[in-house]
Amino acid sequence: MSETRYREILKNGVWTQNTGFVALLGLCPLLATSNSVVNGLGLGLATTLVLLMSNVAISLIRNLVRPEVRIPVFVLVIACVVTAVELVMHAFLPGLYTVLGIFIPLIVTNCCVIGRAEAFAFKHGAAKSAVDGIATGLGFTLALVLLGALREILGQGTLFGQAELLFGEAGKGLTLHLIGDYRGFLLAVLPPGAFLGLGCLIAVKNVLDARAKRRARPVAAVAGPQQASA
Amino acid sequence: MRFRTVTSPHVLADTSVGRVMRRVLYAMVPGALALVWFFGWGVAVNLALATAIALAAEAALLLARGKPVSAHLSDCSAVVSAWLLAVALPPLAPWWLTAIGAVSAIAVAKHLYGGLGYNPFNPAMIGYVVLLVSFPREMSAWPLPHGLGQPHAMTLLETLRAIFGGELPARFAADALTGATPLDVLRTQLGLGLNGAEIRNSPVFGIVAGSGWEWATLGFLAGGLWLLYTRTAAWQIPAGMLGALAVVATVFYLVNPQRYAPPWFHLWSGAAIFGAFFIATDPVTASTTPRGRWVYGAGIGILVYIIRGFGGYPDGVAFAVLLMNIAAPTIDLYTPPRVFGARRQ
Repeated sequence: MSETRYREILKNGVWTQNTGFVALLGLCPLLATSNSVVNGLGLGLATTLVLLMSNVAISLIRNLVRPEVRIPVFVLVIACVVTAVELVMHAFLPGLYTVLGIFIPLIVTNCCVIGRAEAFAFKHGAAKSAVDGIATGLGFTLALVLLGALREILGQGTLFGQAELLFGEAGKGLTLHLIGDYRGFLLAVLPPGAFLGLGCLIAVKNVLDARAKRRARPVAAVAGPQQASA
Repeated sequence: MRFRTVTSPHVLADTSVGRVMRRVLYAMVPGALALVWFFGWGVAVNLALATAIALAAEAALLLARGKPVSAHLSDCSAVVSAWLLAVALPPLAPWWLTAIGAVSAIAVAKHLYGGLGYNPFNPAMIGYVVLLVSFPREMSAWPLPHGLGQPHAMTLLETLRAIFGGELPARFAADALTGATPLDVLRTQLGLGLNGAEIRNSPVFGIVAGSGWEWATLGFLAGGLWLLYTRTAAWQIPAGMLGALAVVATVFYLVNPQRYAPPWFHLWSGAAIFGAFFIATDPVTASTTPRGRWVYGAGIGILVYIIRGFGGYPDGVAFAVLLMNIAAPTIDLYTPPRVFGARRQ
């Protein structure tokens, strides 16, 4: 019972209720920092860390906080966590910190963080809240990385460019130049590319979901009468 | 005696989408011919290439969306978008530039938003702006018109080789073939501190607003007036746009004739006339009420002057049209025509 529940939480966070593709929460950092895979991955992982820690903390104190003042308390907890993550990134990943700039402190305003605190962590235990935080964060990271890959390939013809920002010197070898002598399609790197790319990815997800549903329906139709006869 | 009775409507308008679109195409012919005459075969090649790619993109998207293909293809709306785009491209633009522009116009700006009649933005201008933002170097390579330092025009074969293979004939150096357009010259030389009257004495400016250009503009003006005469396009939009542009340009010219170009130069150069009659009057994306059309046109005229005079690009018709496209539904909301019999407020 509990195992399937955890699996459901994971599936909800990463796919069914994906922050980027379904809930459309936190669009500002999603659109602004997804101009390359490395930027997207960096911000996605930072957000995952924030979600994990804030969910666990709020879940632990949920019985001590009066419901009337829960929102200010959420904000304080999230602000503390984001400050900690920001300082850690500044210390250990200075390059990426400079590239992402204002969007790291702005994780505090990402509505998916406070949304998970209100909708999940305040009502569930610490373990489940931790899984939910990781799942939601991974879903956000997935959206950021897919959109980042799309825009980086179209805009610059590379993949994992500037990987040394995230992985140190060893990351330099990761950069792939997919198309030699590529002029660059500037629009994909600029804001319109983010909106068009996100729209196309949402469309692809909806097509995949519709196909999965169509495939599942015949099975249900066969199962229906059998149950009735039993 | 018996009279034959017929139900209404008794007066039939002979308009359909295909008819309107074909009229726009006919009206573009004189201006396009002038462009071919002054800028070489490249204009004709671009027109043909853009038409072919736009039709292919339209057919592919109609198939993918499960719509009847031949009915929608034969209304010529994709051809109009392709021509509007092709006329705005540099004549020796590489083939992939035209292809990206035509696909952006038809697939992204038109069909992703729901197809003909549902697109909030003018497809041809979206295609043009995508190219202008993404490939500024290719988009600014305009050849000099015939009379200016171009003794032998390129033949059709040489043009095709330049567009599809990127090879220029040996007798041209790349620099000798292309040059700044009049609006470019005005912009850069004002930046160098020369005064307006000195700049306009240079041969690139011709009689009114650029040799070669002014004849193409004349052709487009003739076609545009025919569109108004046949009531294919709403007359309020070009009147509002050119009127507003003229008023703003006159005010600035009177304040400082050294610094600002005269109003007749602004009206006659760049894409002002072409945009007023052919781009701003797109029935899908423009305002639809009579008073709204005045506001919509005037907004474009003012924005064109602001972008030309104070913006980062030499001409601003495409951006101005797209910005006013966003505003068109709101303009319509606040300018409903008075219902017949309703009291004036």
